[in-house]
Amino acid sequence: MFAPKTLFFRSLGSLQKRLNSTLVVAEHDDQALGAITLNTITAAQKIGHEISVLVAGANSKKVAEQAAKIPNVKRVLVAEDAQLKDLLPERVTEVVLEAQKKNNFTHILAGGSSFGRGVLPRVAAKLDVSPISDISAVHSPDTFTRTMYAGNAVAKVKSSAKVKILTVRGTAFEASAADGGSAATEAAEVGKLNTEISEFVSQELSKSDRPDLQTARIVISGGRGLKSGDNFKLLYELADKLGAAVGASRAAVDAGFVPNDMQVGQTGKIVAPDLYIAVGISGAIQHLAGMKDSKVIVAINKDKEAPIFQVADFGLEADLFKAVPELTAELSK
Amino acid sequence: MPLCFTLLKDHLILALPEDGFRNVLFDTTICLALLVPLTCLCSSSVPSKKSTLIFSVHGPSVRTLITMKILVGVKRVVDYAVKIRVKPDKSGVVKDGVAHSINPFCEIALEEAVRLKEAKKASEVVVVSIGNAKCTENIRTALAKGADKAIHVEVDDKTAEKLEPFHVAKSIAELVKRDKYDAVFLGKQAIDDDANQTGQLLAGFLDWPQATFASKVEHADGKLTVTREVDGGLQTVKVKLPAVVTADLRLNEPRYATLPNIMKAKKKPLEKITPDKLGVDLTVQTEILEVTEPPVRQAGGFVEDVPTLVKKLREKGVIA
Repeated sequence: MFAPKTLFFRSLGSLQKRLNSTLVVAEHDDQALGAITLNTITAAQKIGHEISVLVAGANSKKVAEQAAKIPNVKRVLVAEDAQLKDLLPERVTEVVLEAQKKNNFTHILAGGSSFGRGVLPRVAAKLDVSPISDISAVHSPDTFTRTMYAGNAVAKVKSSAKVKILTVRGTAFEASAADGGSAATEAAEVGKLNTEISEFVSQELSKSDRPDLQTARIVISGGRGLKSGDNFKLLYELADKLGAAVGASRAAVDAGFVPNDMQVGQTGKIVAPDLYIAVGISGAIQHLAGMKDSKVIVAINKDKEAPIFQVADFGLEADLFKAVPELTAELSK
Repeated sequence: MPLCFTLLKDHLILALPEDGFRNVLFDTTICLALLVPLTCLCSSSVPSKKSTLIFSVHGPSVRTLITMKILVGVKRVVDYAVKIRVKPDKSGVVKDGVAHSINPFCEIALEEAVRLKEAKKASEVVVVSIGNAKCTENIRTALAKGADKAIHVEVDDKTAEKLEPFHVAKSIAELVKRDKYDAVFLGKQAIDDDANQTGQLLAGFLDWPQATFASKVEHADGKLTVTREVDGGLQTVKVKLPAVVTADLRLNEPRYATLPNIMKAKKKPLEKITPDKLGVDLTVQTEILEVTEPPVRQAGGFVEDVPTLVKKLREKGVIA
């Protein structure tokens, strides 16, 4: 007696499974959508399915409105709960899992930032699938490119996971337009949050009026050659002249010249600006991993043998303490 | 019973699930000595098998035992200073005859665990490595740097090539379930696959909190206060033990293994086990179709002086 009904539900179930759709987990600070979310949307478009964006947070409505304006976004799922403030991964994961339970997405994406890297592998474990990090190209819904060995090997990989969980290298995809779309907004389940196991204590964010390192068109980085934190002033002056962001090598961060969030490289930020100026940086493999996709690279170093000159379009063999002020002056002409 | 009464002054929390002691926040070996009287008390007063009992501990000697048992994952990778080469058949990178070492982030995780032990905040540091027979070299180095014992989850060369962070995290999760650790310390990423997944996957499998990209770890009252390196700066979170911590570069400066310690490490226990025995399925989910060299950047050469540089950059249109 129940057979026809069961059959009906079963076919409905399989139908639902075949409806391919992609979820993008938005990054934001309760005020504005994170820039990397727009790059992630572009990657999601290349997969070619209907795109939903999940905005989870304590105060997500305003951000959801911004997400709804992104062209090609079909739906915006809004999960708002005071306990989602500060987006702790243990909590955001629950929201993503609720959304997945309801919608059966075939792909779940987030930007390869500290937020996305924190949340998505945890979601993958819960769904019992192997995730793929930091993709730089989409060939088909199951084939992607990513780099390994500090960018010295490029791997084309094919995922057979039942749900593809991917973090996206922001610099490898253009940012999607922020306006022009009109997605439907709906409330998403928050689920049962385990607030016992982790709590936010505080944060110290570096404040800067200069452009964001990862999205800047021009980046100027300093290394050990700068000799002190004070000497970074030379780079800031040049940066202000060019409207550039300022980065650093690991050596400069380790020596305490500048804070860690300025580090460019394999374990820091990956940048690919139009112009990258490396000042007093030797060019170790690990640093090159973070900037070698820049369109034009300029190196200023007094050591003619420094490896940085092997990737620089324009090398200037000079003492940076003379060359940088001269460059700032020349640009003022 | 007299022993039980002496245990009723301060706060010591014991969780007793059906399989015995878990989440026990003090040295389990010493605990075993207390096991008999404690279980007597439990069985008489608590009917439920899975309940948390609050005991009190009298005297500083017992209180200092409130420490963690830490598992540290170490990965054998191609040394960071090696300029890697891609195999001509595009199947991977050349690893034969190439210097290998412990992944730098794993060394930092290990150093932190050993420092916690030296500060009497941890009772035991166990290292685990998953890979082919050659991993033993690196495991011995880890033992020489202060780990108490080691577990080698052994796989053959072919399987080792195809291991995903997913499989590694599953294997570690099984070991955690078997041996009951209070914390797992891992590096934030391995410098070969650059995946940055294992710690988060493990925390997900175990349903433990995660503190990733740690640059400072403090232990107090069954919780870890961890400062994390995030995109915009630093963030501090508090996670309840048991927890997974992944180390960032600036957490500490790892020590070198000294010769006497290298000699001593040879005598430390090393358990070998297979993923099979742990019940971990190693089915490939991410198949590597091909590995290629990245496009080679041509050096453009030197410019004579600053005005020439500015002129050329203007010609290129990258500056106004």
